[in-house]
Amino acid sequence: MVQSGSVSPVIETSDLSLTFETGDGPVHALSDVSLTINKGEFVSLIGPSGCGKTTLLRVIADLEQPTQGSISINGISPHEARLKRAYGYVFQAPALYPWRTIGKNIALPLEIMGFSKEERAERVRKGLELVNLTGFEKKFPWQLSGGMQQRASIARALSFDPDLLLMDEPFGALDEIVRDKLNEQLLRLWEKTQKTVVFVTHSIPEAVFLSTKIIVMSPRPGKIHDVIDCNFPADRTLDIRETPEFLDVANRVRQGLREGHSYVD
Amino acid sequence: MLTSLWYGKTLPVLAVCAVLAVFWYAGSIWLNGDMQRDAFTNAGKTEFTASEFIAGTWSQERPKLPTPGQILVELNKTVLETAPTSKRSLVYHGSVTISATLLGFLIGSLLGMGLAVLVVHVKSLDRSLMPWVVASQTIPIIALAPMIVVILNQFDITGIVPKAVIAAYLSFFPVTVGMVKGLRSPDPLQLDLMRTYSADRLHTFLKLRVPASVPFLFASLKVAVAASLVGTVVAELTKSEDGGLGARLLAGSYYGQTIQIWSALFAAAACAWVLVTLVGLADRLVTRAMGARP
Repeated sequence: MVQSGSVSPVIETSDLSLTFETGDGPVHALSDVSLTINKGEFVSLIGPSGCGKTTLLRVIADLEQPTQGSISINGISPHEARLKRAYGYVFQAPALYPWRTIGKNIALPLEIMGFSKEERAERVRKGLELVNLTGFEKKFPWQLSGGMQQRASIARALSFDPDLLLMDEPFGALDEIVRDKLNEQLLRLWEKTQKTVVFVTHSIPEAVFLSTKIIVMSPRPGKIHDVIDCNFPADRTLDIRETPEFLDVANRVRQGLREGHSYVD
Repeated sequence: MLTSLWYGKTLPVLAVCAVLAVFWYAGSIWLNGDMQRDAFTNAGKTEFTASEFIAGTWSQERPKLPTPGQILVELNKTVLETAPTSKRSLVYHGSVTISATLLGFLIGSLLGMGLAVLVVHVKSLDRSLMPWVVASQTIPIIALAPMIVVILNQFDITGIVPKAVIAAYLSFFPVTVGMVKGLRSPDPLQLDLMRTYSADRLHTFLKLRVPASVPFLFASLKVAVAASLVGTVVAELTKSEDGGLGARLLAGSYYGQTIQIWSALFAAAACAWVLVTLVGLADRLVTRAMGARP
């Protein structure tokens, strides 16, 4: 994806490390992670379980504190960025509050941030439209399928229009067909909204299909193994997955994952 | 119709009632038998048939164990045939008990919820207050009730309030315990979501903790309303001059009126059933409005 205008960094980390002290001794979740994510990029963090990809996302979101190194979001600390409501976060599970309707769930951040009633209604309407859930405003979460619930949670994360979208394996719990469909929808949504997206996944095709940049991570300690640029045309569809170019990138990612993985045979 | 009778609740409930009734009537013969034999002897009646004997045990004026039939007759007399304003009416005594119960339930629930909010939000109170809350329930209420009445009397607090205070003493506990659990029930994911919005404690409390606690709260309220009734009845044993089902129990035991005691017990059970059912109904309405699956 070619960005118009100047390139400005949204997330910058240098030598970022995070060590959890556990009963069994220290666990090095992140070790010397240095990366830059620019405005408008779609960056995937991929790697096996335990490679620290979710931890890195949580550090960006100020849900975990790094033990060493530095990180800035739009030039300020993650804590300040969180207080400024700089990002929307989509979790692995939809985490919709079961006692709120879909519309009310999408309005939750708006209520907390003090939007007016009219503004809330308007944004909920737009959000539902954005994720193709118009007409489901009055339904409760249990009345929707898993894929629809996750779409609602994406609408919720975008409702207050943050420039940065952090997504932690949002489609990990869904079946292949639904995931494909949501991948395409997410790509269109990203094109339309021009958000900066950081996307955690362990699916290679998903990462290659969606990203402008793929960061391959390896476990124990969690660190960056490889950074792969990946610039397919913006109007790509799922068919692109059959092309040699796509398979080339996918192979490079697979290679990176293999090298970084310490199998115990 | 017939299948719903067979598969529904009606038939099992009726069957259990029938079995209980059989055992109850048998128990009446067994427990009242000695007195019946004495009565026949005193009357100079040495020869009597088994059916005469059984009929006698089932129709004594002050039996050790009155039959369900005798209790129903007494209930009919004191509930339906006596004017509700009369001091002999169980409706009158029931309403005295229920009004104190409801006031106590209200005080206890509000106190219980308030304590729960404090315990959840102030760490030091969790450690300092909770043991006292638990300890408060280890004191037998029957021992505490007279003292509460005497002390409140000293402050010119009389009438319904002392009884309600004793009811509240029993009913706040389940509410505190359930509400603390409910307020702590949101999972880390739901709490993280609030953090990503940098929501303050008040927002997290109102928009996450409180709604999450509602199912726990209602489960506790059902226990609390029953406990409140028990508290009121115990209080009425101490403070019987105002009437109430507890006062009826006390009067019955003074004069050996076992039928009166049992009918007061039944009336208390019916009151508890009505109150618990009402709380259950409120529970259903609220959880339905909060999107629970039907």
